[in-house]
Amino acid sequence: MSEEFKVEIVNPEKSFLVKEDVSEVVVPAFEGEMGILKDHISIISFLKPGILKILSKSGDENYYVEDGIVEFKNNNLSILTSTIFNIKDLDKSKQQDLLKQAEEEAKKTEITDHSKFLADQKVQVLRSIN
Amino acid sequence: MASLDDLKKRIASVKSTQKITKAMKMVAAAKLRRAQESAENGRPYSEKMKNVILNLSNGISNKENAPKLLSGTGNDKVHLCVVMTSDRGLCGGFNSNIIKKAKSYFTKILSEGKELKIITVGSKGNDQLKRMYGDKIIENISFKESKNANYFDADKVSKIIIDKFESSEFDVCTIFYNQFKNVITQIPQAQQIVPLDNKDSEDKASDESYEFEPDEDEILVNLLPKNISTQIFKAMLENSASEQGSRMSAMDNATRNAGEMVDKLTIQYNRSRQAAITKELIEIISGAESL
Repeated sequence: MSEEFKVEIVNPEKSFLVKEDVSEVVVPAFEGEMGILKDHISIISFLKPGILKILSKSGDENYYVEDGIVEFKNNNLSILTSTIFNIKDLDKSKQQDLLKQAEEEAKKTEITDHSKFLADQKVQVLRSIN
Repeated sequence: MASLDDLKKRIASVKSTQKITKAMKMVAAAKLRRAQESAENGRPYSEKMKNVILNLSNGISNKENAPKLLSGTGNDKVHLCVVMTSDRGLCGGFNSNIIKKAKSYFTKILSEGKELKIITVGSKGNDQLKRMYGDKIIENISFKESKNANYFDADKVSKIIIDKFESSEFDVCTIFYNQFKNVITQIPQAQQIVPLDNKDSEDKASDESYEFEPDEDEILVNLLPKNISTQIFKAMLENSASEQGSRMSAMDNATRNAGEMVDKLTIQYNRSRQAAITKELIEIISGAESL
């Protein structure tokens, strides 16, 4: 009895990750975190900056994503994102760079509320990784 | 007839040209492999993106309020053309093919009495277009510094396009690039990106219903600008693979031509050398006979 489904993460450059034995994925959807299990209804949603958790038999993995779209259909979860890092590989200096970038963006006054919100989110998440 | 010395120099010069073209071919071949790989790796993203947008636009509740990037401004007056070419030359017909395609489109647009605006990406396209359409070019973008096509650059281009769209500077946007088919075939493409053109894929859309969170309109508003970046990125990847492929076959031809030329010149050189020897012999013999 399998409770597993397939996850595919693609970024513009390449297919980032394909995993067949995933039992649950927690995505930072725009309106809050969302856990996806097998046989979830077909859904399209998009992501805000946050931590993407992939739970599988071969171990759990955490990724930091900045944006993206999720599509779940027929037990296939596709995640399209332009910025994704495996938290394991995200070293301190890289993380600080990202944090600095995000903080600078959040400080800007001429940006829209929407992008301000996104920048704030980035800062928050990046701080929490530490 | 050229003297022996001249011929010798000529042969040496052709040989060194051949060496250069050969080296360029090798470099292009190595780069081609990488570019082709990334073009193929990039395809799933743009295809998935297209599918999602397709599903979304089918599911959208009221078509009138659809985001302008999807449905267009309702006008068809000002056309923006983004002509994507390379920054370097010596790649056969690569740039000329795009330009040719673009020019025929420009003539069509202008003959219909519509306004034309051009953005050139890559300096070669700008060089070729500014003579005839100099006053129409509103922007010239070049990514000479970046080695490979990357998403960041594509994003920059798309931001410019979206800004211009939002300040209502154009109604329709088309991008021109070369699609990579194989090393010897690249097909110049004209792809309309604003408003979104999904005529060709309409039948493929699934009728499956999706749940949307948040609702369709909001997702679309966020997704459409991303789609433009993706499409431009795809065009850039295809373009860079095409450029290297085109350069490789051009340099292969050049190397072969140089080889033929060296052969021809060598024969000519040997002939005239022999002719000179024979002439000298005749002179000696006739000199001896006359004694």
